[in-house]
Amino acid sequence: MTKSELIEKMATDFPHIQVKDMESSVKEILEQMVHSLASNERIEIRGFGSFSLHYRAPRIGRNPKTGERVDLDGKYVPHFKPGKELRDRVKDNIR
Amino acid sequence: MALTKADIAERLFTKYGVSKRDAKLIVEAFFEEIRSALEAGEQVKLSGFGNFDLRVKNERPGRNPKTGEDIPISARCVVTFRPGQKLKSRVEEGTSKL
Repeated sequence: MTKSELIEKMATDFPHIQVKDMESSVKEILEQMVHSLASNERIEIRGFGSFSLHYRAPRIGRNPKTGERVDLDGKYVPHFKPGKELRDRVKDNIR
Repeated sequence: MALTKADIAERLFTKYGVSKRDAKLIVEAFFEEIRSALEAGEQVKLSGFGNFDLRVKNERPGRNPKTGEDIPISARCVVTFRPGQKLKSRVEEGTSKL
């Protein structure tokens, strides 16, 4: 499912809301989530999961093309931990 | 402080004038549609944010941490999240001074 398919599904859930307004709402939800993490603030959605930042220590990397060493600074990366309801709903999904 | 569904709904109400009732239902539907797609075995790709993928984990040996008893952890499907490029770079910029 892509973002536009998600918007379409949500628009059918709410027939009195126009598709373009649903599109703004979905984009605003995602923007708030990005903004929150970029401000080092966690996201906690009960039954869905939580998003937080994990620290990656500085390291010496290599340019894979030239083999040259590159100093990489420490950084924070987003991390998602699925909540209980989500875990329970997908766990039997082994095809 | 963590961002919650109530915070997100409040913002839809103040910024877009969506009614408080609809704002709450829209936020709930947003997460529910993602859960439903994953439950149906479908990957979810939200461009600019990231992808929710499904991975099959084989059975592995586990242990009850309280009793120390050996119990196998059954084969199961789990959700993994891969942040998109825009989310990663916004986080790196936002946290560069931490």
